[in-house]
Amino acid sequence: MANNDYDAIVVGSGISGGWAAKELTEKGLKVLMLERGKNIEHIKDYKNAHKEDWDYPHRDLATQAMKVDYPVLKRDYPLNEKTYGMWANEKENPYIEDKRFDWYRGYHVGGRSLLWGRQSYRLNREDFEANDKEGIAVDWPIRYEDVAPWYDYVEKHAGISGNRDGLDVLPDGIFQPAMALNCVEKDVAARVKKAFKGTRHIISGRTANMTEAKPEDGRTSCQYRNKCWLGCPFGGYFSTQSSTLPAAMKTGNLTLRPFSIVKEILYDKDRKRATGVEVIDAQTNQTYVFNSKIIFVNASAFNSAWLLMNSATDVWDGGLGSSSGELGHNVMDHHFRVGASATVEGFDDKYTYGRRPSGFYVPRFRNWGSDKRDYLRGFGYQGGASRNGWRKDVAELGVGADLKDALSEPGGWTIGMTAFGEMLPDHANRIYLNKNTTDKWGLPVLAMDVEIKENELKMRKDMQQDAMDMFEAAGLKNIEGWDADYAPGMGIHEMGTARMGRDPKTSVLNGHNQVWDALNVFVTDGACMTSASCVNPSLTYMALTARAAEFAVEELKRGNL
Amino acid sequence: MQRRDLLKLIAATTGTMMVGGNALAYEIVPPVPLSDTGFSKEDVSLLNEMGEVIIPKTDTPGAKAANVGETMAVLVADCYTPLLQKTFKAGLQQISRRSKEEFGKDFLLLSKEQKTQLFNALDTEAKAANLANGIPTYIETSKPNRWDPDTDKPTPHYFTLLKQLTLYCFFTSKVGATKVLRYVAIPGYYDGEYPYKEGDKAWAT
Repeated sequence: MANNDYDAIVVGSGISGGWAAKELTEKGLKVLMLERGKNIEHIKDYKNAHKEDWDYPHRDLATQAMKVDYPVLKRDYPLNEKTYGMWANEKENPYIEDKRFDWYRGYHVGGRSLLWGRQSYRLNREDFEANDKEGIAVDWPIRYEDVAPWYDYVEKHAGISGNRDGLDVLPDGIFQPAMALNCVEKDVAARVKKAFKGTRHIISGRTANMTEAKPEDGRTSCQYRNKCWLGCPFGGYFSTQSSTLPAAMKTGNLTLRPFSIVKEILYDKDRKRATGVEVIDAQTNQTYVFNSKIIFVNASAFNSAWLLMNSATDVWDGGLGSSSGELGHNVMDHHFRVGASATVEGFDDKYTYGRRPSGFYVPRFRNWGSDKRDYLRGFGYQGGASRNGWRKDVAELGVGADLKDALSEPGGWTIGMTAFGEMLPDHANRIYLNKNTTDKWGLPVLAMDVEIKENELKMRKDMQQDAMDMFEAAGLKNIEGWDADYAPGMGIHEMGTARMGRDPKTSVLNGHNQVWDALNVFVTDGACMTSASCVNPSLTYMALTARAAEFAVEELKRGNL
Repeated sequence: MQRRDLLKLIAATTGTMMVGGNALAYEIVPPVPLSDTGFSKEDVSLLNEMGEVIIPKTDTPGAKAANVGETMAVLVADCYTPLLQKTFKAGLQQISRRSKEEFGKDFLLLSKEQKTQLFNALDTEAKAANLANGIPTYIETSKPNRWDPDTDKPTPHYFTLLKQLTLYCFFTSKVGATKVLRYVAIPGYYDGEYPYKEGDKAWAT
């Protein structure tokens, strides 16, 4: 085999790309994994992982200079000193906002798997059927049963901690022991359950932070430092680096090439198959061609769509997969930043030890069972209870020893939760290539034209009010509802730009994540999602990727690709 | 798990077959020398003295022991907008003037009681001024970089800025976090019903 020939190429090294590389190499394929950004080696390159707050010159604050360099990132929490350099350079990688869109990108090996929220939930049966039942967008070409064994499979390897709560709305999986709720959360959970007669549940968050070590994978359980985003030297949470990349490397079948911007997928229109990819070396600007039998596109939802739009344009103006008219459309995210907080009386003799990198979860209860609202779908909550530390406000104190003493002791308990709502797929919500603007490498950039619409806006009212009602029913005090406003993208859950479906006329991918117009091209990141559910999506990308990889290898063997 | 085993696991290498090199991953923001801040050593001493009035040494160390002045200089230089920098620096002069007017001495020559009296008066004035400007009280304990250059929000009273910087720089310092608050680098487990008795310190983070 020549140097530039591989069995498979994986574009991207984040959550789904890492899974594609692991599955394909373990099945014996020679795989080239292409990553547009720099390499980050597990442990060795986690340069801040053992630093403390006082080791940072600005004590983790974003400087005004950083705000100038990251005008998008500064809109929300991710811009800080600890993770500086872990988000895509906004000057080198511009995009156009027809409407405001906050795009938080991780351009490095591991992608956003190093920087994710780690909450891991399965879609439920209804999530796969709702589009069809309600006449929204198109039907998923698969059902829960198609994905369930693959959820089992990826949960076991990734290491997901959580309880088996026995709720249809949030299917149970193969879990390590859950991270515990604290005493206040347990108490509030019991009160809410009673007040709402068992229809609303506060459960332990299910998270890709391990509570049991996996010595066979070189991974230690979570040490409760809550420094996940610095890269965990214990391998305590799932990332490409801690989990899928070592497994892929172990096979000896993987070649990882950082600084490789995939410019286009090369397409043979007679065979209707992709033959490889053209790559720009991000450092030297030289171009290379790599050939392969199959290609997994895992560049993150928007960049995967960008790559398809930029490919086979001699056959279709809109690029590979555009024959459906749906490529780049149906953008979804989870809308959030709305919820409530309250104070909790009592529990003065209780505190917490350890910094739990998770919290509680409230599974969806709206439009579920007999509940019926004036909007479709629903939302879940993520939250936590804690005692305030030195950041609590003591308005009545001036300066001196009394102030110091007051801030040195924990305050009372507070609890808060934020809703994450499902966003409906809508053809009008789209991204497209803007050929008048180019990035540092002369490539056209994406333009974003996305907004939340009536269904989401109606839902947001419940998202705030229901949180307040639950705290009220639990007997809490000083209840405050809030809506901090949401702009698409802030959920960092981009989805839908190359959806799966049953018909090549209305979908980009089939039920095995194959591009209808090039069956040896698989898209298994957020782009493939036909609807969004309201649960955090990454676990589903993992499962769909493993499922598609097995199918791809079988199809290769059958000579169909 | 024993610490030694943990270290062994940390040291375990991942076999990599790689083309291409590593660039700087998590970018290290370099320490900021005082000469880059526009503040002098004398300024830092003054800020430390002022900080010590807000967070004094008691049976635990105070602001001066944490050298809050130096960190304050860096945050004012890099994390403040020009308008806030101006407000803050004018405020320091204002404190100097008030010291002379009210006590006939430089701030540094005031007794501990006089300094505390002056700052408590300024704190009351600051709260009233902020209230009149619609600025919330909790600003004191929030982050000093919360203002953007294009913000149209009103600027807090200078004493609020001084107090906020002192609290932030103190409680995020090693002295503040480990000698005044409690901090465990590697907790190892979570206990959601950890016993607490009055007087126990809060966790630093």
